[in-house]
Amino acid sequence: MIIHPAIVKKQRLIILVLILLIAATAIIGMGLGTSSVSMNRLLPTILGHGTFKEEFVLFSVRLPRIIVTLLAGMALAVSGAIFQDITRNDLAEPGIIGINAGAGVAIAVFFLFFPIDVGSFVYLLPVAAFIGALLTAGAIYVFSYDRNAGLNPVRLVLIGVGFAMALSGTMIVIISSAERQKVDFIAKWLAGNVWGADWPFILAILPWIVILISFIAFRAQQLNLLSLNDPSAVGVGLKIERERITLLLAAVGLAAAAVSVTGGVAFIGLLAPHLARSLIGPRNQLYLPIAILLGGWLLLLADTIGRNIALPDGIPAGIMTALIGAPYFIYILLKKSS
Amino acid sequence: MLKNDSASFFFKFIFAVILLIGSFFLAMVFGAADTSVKDVWLALTTNAAGKTIDMIREIRLPREVGAIFVGASLSVAGAIMQGLTRNPLADPGLLGLTAGANAALALTIALFPNANYFSMTIACFIGAAAGAFLVFGIGAVKKGRISPFQIVLAGAAVSAFLFAVAEGISLYFNIYKNVSMWTAGGLVGATWKQLKILIPIALVGITISLFFSRQLTIVSLNEEVAVGLGQKTAQIKMVLFIIIILLTGASVALVGNMAFIGLMVPHIVRSVVGADYRYILPMSAIFGACFLLIADTLARTINAPYETPVAAIVSFLGLPFFLFIVQKRGKAIT
Repeated sequence: MIIHPAIVKKQRLIILVLILLIAATAIIGMGLGTSSVSMNRLLPTILGHGTFKEEFVLFSVRLPRIIVTLLAGMALAVSGAIFQDITRNDLAEPGIIGINAGAGVAIAVFFLFFPIDVGSFVYLLPVAAFIGALLTAGAIYVFSYDRNAGLNPVRLVLIGVGFAMALSGTMIVIISSAERQKVDFIAKWLAGNVWGADWPFILAILPWIVILISFIAFRAQQLNLLSLNDPSAVGVGLKIERERITLLLAAVGLAAAAVSVTGGVAFIGLLAPHLARSLIGPRNQLYLPIAILLGGWLLLLADTIGRNIALPDGIPAGIMTALIGAPYFIYILLKKSS
Repeated sequence: MLKNDSASFFFKFIFAVILLIGSFFLAMVFGAADTSVKDVWLALTTNAAGKTIDMIREIRLPREVGAIFVGASLSVAGAIMQGLTRNPLADPGLLGLTAGANAALALTIALFPNANYFSMTIACFIGAAAGAFLVFGIGAVKKGRISPFQIVLAGAAVSAFLFAVAEGISLYFNIYKNVSMWTAGGLVGATWKQLKILIPIALVGITISLFFSRQLTIVSLNEEVAVGLGQKTAQIKMVLFIIIILLTGASVALVGNMAFIGLMVPHIVRSVVGADYRYILPMSAIFGACFLLIADTLARTINAPYETPVAAIVSFLGLPFFLFIVQKRGKAIT
């Protein structure tokens, strides 16, 4: 497949700008906060000449948090992009259609009812989230599948909204039977407080994200076809149902890995792919890399602002993304012809 | 109106009232603390004193009375919304009213920490109205017809936004505990003082809606027909809209978030009494009251002595219902 060189050049340029933006946000983010490392001490500390306190703040507090937010944002962006392509619905997004809530219920159950072993807890968390998200996605898929007409994209989103509401209700039931301390954790998790900001968490989600994103990169062409319509996908010999389900699994896995460390962050999966598509067009090979970087940057930005806007605890990133994402969602809803 | 029709409705209504009385006694008797039917009877009909009897009178009675009026209000509000917007998925919780009231509550607690219950209720009215205006404003701005599906999506987005606002405010001002006590409190700790504000609003709202039920039926069928029949649709819509706001706001002020009840009850009622709002509205009030009484009794007893939030039980029951409506009316909705 030949893509016009001018567009490739444009893509490179956008990617470069985004990387610079991410770097700038990360550096500013390192310098801000309750116990900050001042700007002019940043470089010496990184090079190993900082005081113990500076090193601790930078390497054990700020840096892991920045990396975790970046990774989670990237995963959510890709997940959203896949959901939108597969359902051919611009508004499909893991948060809106209840995938996050499903992962949340699983995490709450896991957290409350399984004995916590400090060593393996971190690594089992994404697995628990994945199981919850998978069950939810499966249920939504089954309910929105019509034997005659195939997958009904509109119904999928609508049913997802219903699931999201009911699962948050279930979450409250589970929480209400728990002890005070654990409840606080889950309440914060729900609000999308990036809580898994430590190196083990990065190790726990990194493999998921690397494997799944590269898997999807290889499938970009299939994804292009699926986003068109069923007849043309079948026409070029694509096994639609199988392709759809594998991609859906990957999307669920990405969303689950992300929310297992960040909590209920919604709308990144909507914002990033949309902005990327409007920058460079709907071809997956072109917009996915941009969407990935945008997703990482947006979540990092949201977390950096939220962390510093209200001291000492800050405002969870999930709230910040909802404040920006919800109006954008409505904008798309209005723009789209029914 | 067929005479047969109203006679059969009369019997159904009597049956529903008996059901309501039954659920009320059920709710009064069962609970974390052991009480007997005799205790309940003594507490309601005599001036007898005693530990159990006082408990029933001061804690359980206001709570169950609250359940009756909140259930009735939310169900009637849902029924009116469904008729007015001709949208089978309309519900105060799904279309942004509850979230708006929540955000207003958080803002009020942040700015006026000493506000009393009455001003909180007023704040809920304003918030519910703002949420509704946002969602329906989106519907009005959009070119062409907006489908029920799109309204639900707009409602979900507006709700997400307003909940984020509420949460942001409560975290920023460090009033998280206070706000969540209001919004997730359910019927726990309902007092007579609060009921004195809720009950008149609920009664007035439901009564006025009954006077407009005939017009609502016509509007629910077809707007052109309504105009053709000489209905002042704009005024009717305005009055009914205000009633929705009042009923929802007053309910949210007492119980906080409660989605799906306004969706479920009118649909169940329709399958019993048909599509005429003269029957749907009073039946919704009775059924809604029964429903919330039973849900609240479950909430108190499932995991006794701990409370399971009643809102959670309602939304747990609500999902299958939502799915059912989407399946059944799928084509019309999208």
